[in-house]
Amino acid sequence: MRTYITIRLLSCLALLGAQIVYAMTPEQVSTLAFGESDQKLVVINALVAAGDDSALPLLQSLAAGQVQTVEGKRVLIVRGGEVLDGVTGKPVSPVPENVEDVIVNNRIRGELAAAIGALRLTSKDQATRLQAAEELARSADESLLPLISRALANETDTNLKNRLKLVEATLQLKSKDAAVRLAAVKMLAESDNPNTQTLLAGLLEKHAAAYVESDAAIRAAAEQSLKAVRARLAWGERLGQVFTGVSLGSILLLAALGLAITYGLMGVINMAHGELIMVGAYTTYVVQNLFRSYAPGAFDWYLPVAVPAAFLSAGLVGALLERCVIRFLYGRPLETLLATWGISLILIQTVRTVFGAQNVQVENPVWMSGGVQFLSNVVLPYSRIVIIGFAAFVVVAVWLMLSRTRLGLFVRSVTQNRAMASCVGVPTARVDTLAFALGSGIAGLAGCALSQIGNVGPDLGQSYIVDSFMVVVLGGVGQLAGTVYAGLGLGIANKFLEGWSGAVLAKIIVLAFIIIFIQKRPQGLFALKGRTVET
Amino acid sequence: MNKLSTVNATLPSQQLFNRRGWTGFLLAAIVLFLLVPVANLVLPKGSAFALSDYSVALVGKIMCYAIVALAMDLIWGYTGILSLGHGLFFALGGYAMGMYLMRSIGHDGVYQSDLPDFMVFLNWKEYPWYWHGTQHFWYALALVILVPAIIAYVFGFFAFRSRIKGVYFSIITQALTFAAMLLFFRNDTGFGGNNGFTDFKRILGFPIATQATRMALFVLTGAVLLGTLLLGRYIVTSKLGRVLTAIRDAESRIMFCGYNPVNYKLFIWTLSAVICGIAGALYVPQVGIVNPSEMSPANSIEIAIWVAVGGRGSLIGGLLGAGIVNGAKSFFTQAFPEYWLFFLGAIFILVTLFLPRGVIGLLDKRKQSKA
Repeated sequence: MRTYITIRLLSCLALLGAQIVYAMTPEQVSTLAFGESDQKLVVINALVAAGDDSALPLLQSLAAGQVQTVEGKRVLIVRGGEVLDGVTGKPVSPVPENVEDVIVNNRIRGELAAAIGALRLTSKDQATRLQAAEELARSADESLLPLISRALANETDTNLKNRLKLVEATLQLKSKDAAVRLAAVKMLAESDNPNTQTLLAGLLEKHAAAYVESDAAIRAAAEQSLKAVRARLAWGERLGQVFTGVSLGSILLLAALGLAITYGLMGVINMAHGELIMVGAYTTYVVQNLFRSYAPGAFDWYLPVAVPAAFLSAGLVGALLERCVIRFLYGRPLETLLATWGISLILIQTVRTVFGAQNVQVENPVWMSGGVQFLSNVVLPYSRIVIIGFAAFVVVAVWLMLSRTRLGLFVRSVTQNRAMASCVGVPTARVDTLAFALGSGIAGLAGCALSQIGNVGPDLGQSYIVDSFMVVVLGGVGQLAGTVYAGLGLGIANKFLEGWSGAVLAKIIVLAFIIIFIQKRPQGLFALKGRTVET
Repeated sequence: MNKLSTVNATLPSQQLFNRRGWTGFLLAAIVLFLLVPVANLVLPKGSAFALSDYSVALVGKIMCYAIVALAMDLIWGYTGILSLGHGLFFALGGYAMGMYLMRSIGHDGVYQSDLPDFMVFLNWKEYPWYWHGTQHFWYALALVILVPAIIAYVFGFFAFRSRIKGVYFSIITQALTFAAMLLFFRNDTGFGGNNGFTDFKRILGFPIATQATRMALFVLTGAVLLGTLLLGRYIVTSKLGRVLTAIRDAESRIMFCGYNPVNYKLFIWTLSAVICGIAGALYVPQVGIVNPSEMSPANSIEIAIWVAVGGRGSLIGGLLGAGIVNGAKSFFTQAFPEYWLFFLGAIFILVTLFLPRGVIGLLDKRKQSKA
């Protein structure tokens, strides 16, 4: 990816270069093409000293072996199918015959690379400068030090300045002067770049009984700097893990919240819950496609339409299920389990038949791509932030609905005592349907959120069903608060274990933990207290 | 919790089989041990009564499933515990047998090494410790029985002791098999990762793909199936079986009568797991492959539907169900692969809604209306 971007940038630069008048004299160009190596070096150094980045295209072509000469006179740049004049940069036609390649030897090649790096560092374009600094940070040698120091002196952008400082210190570490090395090591303590760690650790390594760094004082300083850098980075890493954990947790929470209503409150084992999530995700996909075909201008705002659409479509499917199948099976949980599994198979195959077995592409709107650079080693993607916010919103909405509305009151009353609720006039059958539709609709919302960060395919639901049941079971049946804690807790625990043992093992450990936990507390974390033999 | 009392209201008779039962049993034995081998091995290929190798393999496979269905019926149909993790025990038995089969490949693998190909691929130099001894057939057989037994016993001990039942139990067994599947999918676990075991060459020195070996495996599977049926009948007609049925129908009451349901449940649960393991061990050499997808939750839940289709709490129902569903599966996946899941899903829904006693229940109803 990066090389690709580099190539794109280089070719853009080259095109730019083609339009402007070169600052290079024809003599310089011909020396670069025909001169002796030493003469070439003089010209290259002069160009770098002048600091004019309009010389870049020719130098880059030269390094890439794209420069050709015609009968010892004209110089051409041949790139792709295009032939440009080396002096004027204008396209040449007809293309002359009898061209010869300019061969660049290794010495010149090294100098060219340095010169190109240096010229790009002083480029007027900030993106080019940043890129050059990044590349130098990976591969730079001591001879570039004066260049970098000069670029540093002229640099105004703080971000770039930090980068360059790091590159400078890296180079200074290779210096023969112990004082310079010591200063560089101390400078590095202020860095928050992850690469600094390896750099400093490299100094402390031993090669054949001798330290890479011979001076003990510098080694001590390096150790201190390393500690400082590590401490700073460790914070970033930990925060990053907490963030991804919360993000995973909020996804689990969204997936499990609907189940907390259908299973937790109503006691219906809905194995098709995952497929309702899938319905939500595919609805998002359809809405996205509709926007693309009929309102491409408003494409970035398809999500506000997709969210209610996903809720309604999944809710409708849920209501249908409840009316047609599930209501005949109340009080027979094992049968419900099997029947809803059958429903999930049918839903999966339906989606396969309609949309194909392959994953479909759901694109993020522009405002959701990218992220906030939180610390040097932590980037918080907008999509994840939006999903965390969305999960919080859904939780609050569900809580308000259950505790403040008439329907919520009915749902709670039917949960607590169906017969009594029915006696005082609660239409229990309708409440069942509505509550199930609500739980299903929330699954649809989860699907809409998932489509923004993961693959959307017919098997989407299957991968979430075990997880969502685990969240509900761990949190305790009939408790929204338990679901919230369990979802977030599992998410964070999973991410921390992942860092320690790898993704698959982390998942296995979490499952094993839940299995053991259930043995200890069959009612979950936040059980309603009661006295019954049968649960 | 389990309203199954309506499903199986009639008390099981105290004999192993009645006269008709024994006749059927003998007929089945004659078909399996005499007619099928003759039809497959002796009769010429073109003859109208000849059985193709394909049908023998298919029936052999379905018989393995039928053994699993019997095990499932013991634990679900009679004791009322729905396990969604029986695929795990089936796969464990299969993997234990697969380890022996992998080692008897010897040097005939692609890399011609002492180690199985997947270990060569992982750059392992020697067998991990849990592979020790698996070159001996008897040790592999012991593993086939012990591994599912120990895992089922330990898991069941904790689950039943803390009185986990009903849907909770189903869900955590599902989590168990799901976790095991993830574990076996890892290459580092040492069981071949995604691909599992395959490319077997021989069993006990006999080449595994010949007609004679296949027929021997077929007859063996048939014998195990009939033996399991007898054992099952023996258990459910004994006093133990009565207690199990009582646990299904009114667990609290049987506790108040002075029985400790934990021991009974634990016994039948472990036995059921062992039977599954044996079925898996018979399945793997016949099918020639075992991989972690055998442990997927979907597979385990399918086992439940075999029993539900045939009729719970009747043993024979499990046999019928496994035959019907898997016969339909091999027909559909060849003729209309698109519609298999629709069909399977519809079976799940229709059977639970309209056929609580399965096919056996239908047959009984017809008999009663005639009488």
